[in-house]
Amino acid sequence: MILRFFNLQWKQFFRSSYWQKNVVINILMVFFAIYFMLIFLGLGFGLYPLLKEQFPNQDPLLIVNNYLFYWLLGDLLMRFFFQKLPVMNIKPLLTLPIKRNSILHYILGRSALSFFNFLPLFTIIPFGIILLLNGYMTSVVFTWMFLIVILTLITNFLNFIIESKSAETELSFLPILAFSGILFGLNYFNIISFTDIIGNTINAITTDSIFLIIPIAILITLYYANYYILKQKLYIDQSLKAKTEIATTTDMAWTRRFGSVAPFLQLDLKLLWRNKRPRSSVFIVAIGLFYGLFFYPNPTYQNMVAFYVFVGIFVTGIFMINFGQFIPAWDSGYYKLLMSQNIKYKEYLSSKHKLMMMSAILMFILSIPYVYFGWKVLVVHFAAMIYNIGVNSHVLLYGGSFNRKKIDLNQRAAFNYQGTGAVQWIIGFPLLIIPMVLFYIPYKFINFEAGLATLIILGIIGIVFHQKIMIAITKKYIDSKYKMIEAFNQDN
Amino acid sequence: MIKATNISKKYGQTTVLQLENLEIPKGQSFGLVGNNGAGKTTFFNLLLDLIQPTTGSITNNKIQVDKSEDWKPFTAAFIDESFLIGYLTPEEYFYFIGELRGMNKADVDTFLEPFEELFNGEIIGKRKYLRDLSKGNQKKAGIVAALIGNPEVIILDEPFANLDPTTQIRLKKLLKSLTEENKATILISSHDLGHVTEVCERIVVLEKGELIKDIETSEATLKELEGHFSL
Repeated sequence: MILRFFNLQWKQFFRSSYWQKNVVINILMVFFAIYFMLIFLGLGFGLYPLLKEQFPNQDPLLIVNNYLFYWLLGDLLMRFFFQKLPVMNIKPLLTLPIKRNSILHYILGRSALSFFNFLPLFTIIPFGIILLLNGYMTSVVFTWMFLIVILTLITNFLNFIIESKSAETELSFLPILAFSGILFGLNYFNIISFTDIIGNTINAITTDSIFLIIPIAILITLYYANYYILKQKLYIDQSLKAKTEIATTTDMAWTRRFGSVAPFLQLDLKLLWRNKRPRSSVFIVAIGLFYGLFFYPNPTYQNMVAFYVFVGIFVTGIFMINFGQFIPAWDSGYYKLLMSQNIKYKEYLSSKHKLMMMSAILMFILSIPYVYFGWKVLVVHFAAMIYNIGVNSHVLLYGGSFNRKKIDLNQRAAFNYQGTGAVQWIIGFPLLIIPMVLFYIPYKFINFEAGLATLIILGIIGIVFHQKIMIAITKKYIDSKYKMIEAFNQDN
Repeated sequence: MIKATNISKKYGQTTVLQLENLEIPKGQSFGLVGNNGAGKTTFFNLLLDLIQPTTGSITNNKIQVDKSEDWKPFTAAFIDESFLIGYLTPEEYFYFIGELRGMNKADVDTFLEPFEELFNGEIIGKRKYLRDLSKGNQKKAGIVAALIGNPEVIILDEPFANLDPTTQIRLKKLLKSLTEENKATILISSHDLGHVTEVCERIVVLEKGELIKDIETSEATLKELEGHFSL
């Protein structure tokens, strides 16, 4: 049975047009995976000598154990944002003679095979070998290694509980941020020292491997907690069927002034507000707005003006990046309608561009209070806004023509955590880094103003040639029209 | 009005549609029947330029559909639920389509009045999004939306499926009146031989992508079709 499920998933993955058409992104993912493996491997080999050199009087293993709390917390956060619960279309399976148990065990078991669970091995194994070479007791080392594996799996299943609970709420990422924030805070201000608790527990377990029972018990408990949460979702009236909402209608007469793009603008605003997925990209804006507070008060960044550009692009462009990279997939559910209705492609695309432009201006206005940290911050933000409007928005629109992944706005399928994977973040990266580089080079060799001017001039060029660029982009969309229709017709 | 010349669609080695010459004059109500995989939806998709023909071309009012978009203003279609925008209420959806066809809200409201009977009080003013309506009601909304703005060509794929008997009868009446009144060309496909023979003046039978029969509807048509398909 397990083999059959595996077979189904394999087919789902490789037969989806997303896989076939996005080879580049898949290669990029492999590249990132290798990159992280190398980093972890380096950490595994380098950790022992490094700690020995820095703290010659302490036992490196004990130091590591003391910091494991942060490792686990970081692991949990990373997983929340990057790891996806294995998605499986269970509805067709429910009426077949398959035990519900085996569906559940399969889903959970497969999650244990995630890349995230193998990554720590790259550190643990070399570190363990070095420990052995340095005369640690074999039993201690093996207990320790085994323990870390179990802790990794505990984080794995803990993450799914948090993820499945928070997916039901509006601001899905708030619970995890609150949870880890509180743990971190309690620890940091020494109210409850998790560092010590976890460190001591691990030390105790490694000295006497009988205590391994405790983490194993926790792991089994979490596994079954997941099991029961998922089990409730296996009934079609539970989660497979969405609740009906009471519709609220608004007139949005103010959009009229945008002329021919008004109906699309209205549609986009409704799209943003009435669907869970895009709505969360609106809420991310609020978080993005405060992102600058991580950097500006910190004296380390005072003289690193290039970081202002990063923050500026991020703050004024966060909505743009989050929303823009899924154009036109947001409309994938009814793309055929748009393609056969009386619609000019260019108007459809300009409405998206207007929306992104307005968001950049609005975010800039909201970010004006950052002037508190110096006028340079404000002018950098202004330049970043111009750059976002002139360059990044067009890049995003152009990139959209390569979009082949359907977004199911209706969210009817259970276990649907679509589009929360690592790819989304990778795409945003060049949009942030390139302007930083464009600023940094003239800034370094000429001066601050030259850096600013580069961004502003590039942005203005984009704005001036907006119509020309839009014609080129529209052409690109028309060229890939049939491919998009076909891809958006598929469910995976 | 519509002219398909030497049109074919192949996926790899398999031909799903192959029509040498098919002409549909203005104002005709045209019915497509055929078993699953006969190529009915493929033909509609080609006509709407949603897929690319392997050979040949289709013209709609002398406009080649895959070369120009100028056929869009006078053509409307409802193929399946993916023509609905799930997060809009039916009214908003009608207004949206109306707007694309140059009608303001008041125009759309006037347009919708005669459909009240068809809607049976389950669609307008219910404060529900389209995604939350039943399949049948979604279909009604989609079909009515395809009629907004008096299009000259109306394409409906399986309009009778999923509808309750009362609505089927009302829909038939509606479709018949359309060709009589304003000379719209209607293309429908159906698996229900009774319905098509009642509504359409002309029926074309497709089989494995090829045109098998082309019949002017008469008293004997239903018998003839039933005979054909019961083999």
